[in-house]
Amino acid sequence: MPNQMGYLSLALYAASFACYTRLLYAPNVWLGRLATLLLGGGIVAHYFALLDRSLGTHTVPYDDVYGSMSLFAWLLGITYLGLELLHRDRAVGSLVSLVMLVWMVGVEWLTPHASPAPPPAKGPLFALHVTLNIWAYAAFALSFVLSIVYLVQDRVLRSHRPGAAFWRFPALDVLDRMSRSSVFVGLAGLAFGVVSGFVWERRLTGSYAWGDPKVIVTLLIVGVYVAYLLLSRTAGWRGSRAAVLCALNFAVVLFSYTLVNRYLTEFHRYF
Amino acid sequence: MAATTNTKNSAPARTGGGIRVALIGCSHRTAPVELRERVAFTQDQALDAAGELRKRGILDEAVVLSTCNRSELYGVPASDTSATEEMENFLTSYHRISRVELEGRLYRWEGAEAVRHLYRVASGLDSMLLGEAEILGQLKAAYGQALEHGSTGPVLNRAFQGALEVGKRVRAETEVGARPMSVSLAGIKLAERVFGNLKGHKALILGAGAVAEQVVEHLRARSIGSLRVVNRSHDRAAELAERMGGEAVHWDALEKALSLPDIIVTSVGNAGHVLTREMLERALTARGGRPVFVIDLGVPRNVAADSAGLYNLYLYNIDDLGEIVEQNKRAREAEIPRAEALVSEHVAKFEVWRTALEAGSIVEDLRGRFRKHREALLRERLAEMDLTPEERQRLSHITEELIERVLDEPSQRLRNAREMRGRLGAIEAIRHLFGIDRDHDKSGSRE
Repeated sequence: MPNQMGYLSLALYAASFACYTRLLYAPNVWLGRLATLLLGGGIVAHYFALLDRSLGTHTVPYDDVYGSMSLFAWLLGITYLGLELLHRDRAVGSLVSLVMLVWMVGVEWLTPHASPAPPPAKGPLFALHVTLNIWAYAAFALSFVLSIVYLVQDRVLRSHRPGAAFWRFPALDVLDRMSRSSVFVGLAGLAFGVVSGFVWERRLTGSYAWGDPKVIVTLLIVGVYVAYLLLSRTAGWRGSRAAVLCALNFAVVLFSYTLVNRYLTEFHRYF
Repeated sequence: MAATTNTKNSAPARTGGGIRVALIGCSHRTAPVELRERVAFTQDQALDAAGELRKRGILDEAVVLSTCNRSELYGVPASDTSATEEMENFLTSYHRISRVELEGRLYRWEGAEAVRHLYRVASGLDSMLLGEAEILGQLKAAYGQALEHGSTGPVLNRAFQGALEVGKRVRAETEVGARPMSVSLAGIKLAERVFGNLKGHKALILGAGAVAEQVVEHLRARSIGSLRVVNRSHDRAAELAERMGGEAVHWDALEKALSLPDIIVTSVGNAGHVLTREMLERALTARGGRPVFVIDLGVPRNVAADSAGLYNLYLYNIDDLGEIVEQNKRAREAEIPRAEALVSEHVAKFEVWRTALEAGSIVEDLRGRFRKHREALLRERLAEMDLTPEERQRLSHITEELIERVLDEPSQRLRNAREMRGRLGAIEAIRHLFGIDRDHDKSGSRE
């Protein structure tokens, strides 16, 4: 069960979702600021929830499914807030906060709540490796949301039937740039995460686990997102096709995060 | 007549009766253009009329708002008599128009209803095109000029600043002014949904129709990067390009010119399909697949309909845009109740402030009245008493302090706008109890 801070963060995410959604139909500077503030408050409360749980169980947050998924949502929130500040646009806040909320409620209902046994200490480099990888997944999740919004906006624009929300969501070009920014963050996080993982493993075992399915799928993720970045600036792919590719790429991330972790890898468990 | 004041930070010198805003005017809702143009004011006339209204003692403060759709005189009456009657007389004499001609054409509002009208005007709720933004700029300009020339005072300053605030809020918080209401603006707003900020983007104008010119105006207002004009008559293209600050391109070079622009606007009369799917396909390839937004304003259509299926090409014809304008009109109308609620909120705020101002003025009235009695009493009684100059001075101080102590608490309470909300009647009762009216105003409060 989540601690009090966990419940508080859920409530704040729900409130920020309500404000962001209202903002789409009734634009208001103060409501926008309130939405951002509530999301920021939720992220702070979420941090303390993760910290509290880790201190209570003498383990790192990502050592079980619950903690790993909770950390994912937290990093998604941070990445989105960064993007909101960078691009000065709150229109996708409703979707991102909804994803976070649904994700966290799902985590509460579907994942086992038993506290994991304290793992052997693996050092800060290992912690950095895991955190950067989960952060990369969160950034890819954000690019997925942005690509879906892009495709919906593109469809509305072609159908010649713009509704109220259409005028409030960002322009296609802005969505495209936000999605690319997000993928850049994801690739940077993944690159540093993978390198730190290899360094940590080399120190521990003197070798590299190239054959581990998680490593192979991670390299595949790097490949498909690099392909997206390159193709999204070429004539035949620029625009909605690139958005479709970006959305489909996230399926590989989900595959890595779920099936690979659960059934294929030997030592990558929840990250 | 009561003394006038133009100080911006103090309460008006009027003390009897209520401080109120009065308004007379006519607009597109009440008068045809033939009449509106006869009562319109130029910028200089507006300032002159405001000055004249104050000089003649009709108004303490005055602002004249004159646009193509309305002429309105706003003011704070200098007396309790019907100010709107005097304002109407002024208007007819200023424009040398008979009252009969204005019969039934003018509206007259006083008090909270005058402020409500001003706020509705600022919000675009009284505009011909619901929610249009231009009126806010015109109102700001009219107020700014009046402020600069000293014809406003605390009441109109507060009223107009409130109007500008509510005008901005209505546009920011409701959909009343959010969606484009003209075909030309709808086209540009849709292009912005593709490219975001249009600054630095390239546009090509094909043909020289009137609507195309409106589109160009919108593009220029958005600092479009480059503007090229193509027309069958190159002279006409050159003339248009010069007027719009663009570059004329020969009709023969049309296909080559198509590869550059992000936005293409066509309005070639009686020409049929000027742009075919093949031409646009080649243009898209030449520009590396970057999207193109095409606004086809021609009737018959200038762009082949099957071009709409091209990847990264967004095509809107005049009917598509017209339908969007209709949708937007309905959406704007649906937002009226929310906009009216914001207007009511700000009118209530103004009324609270006005009540506090009234309250402040009544304390001054009471102080003046008490001092008058004190001085009369001292003059009368001190003559009968054998007192040294120091004792007389002491007695004078004590009575002065007594007045201040008696008025201290009511002063503080009356200055608290929140406490005074809805208690304007109480202030009127105090005026009545102490006999503070217009006659006393003349002799008492100015002392």
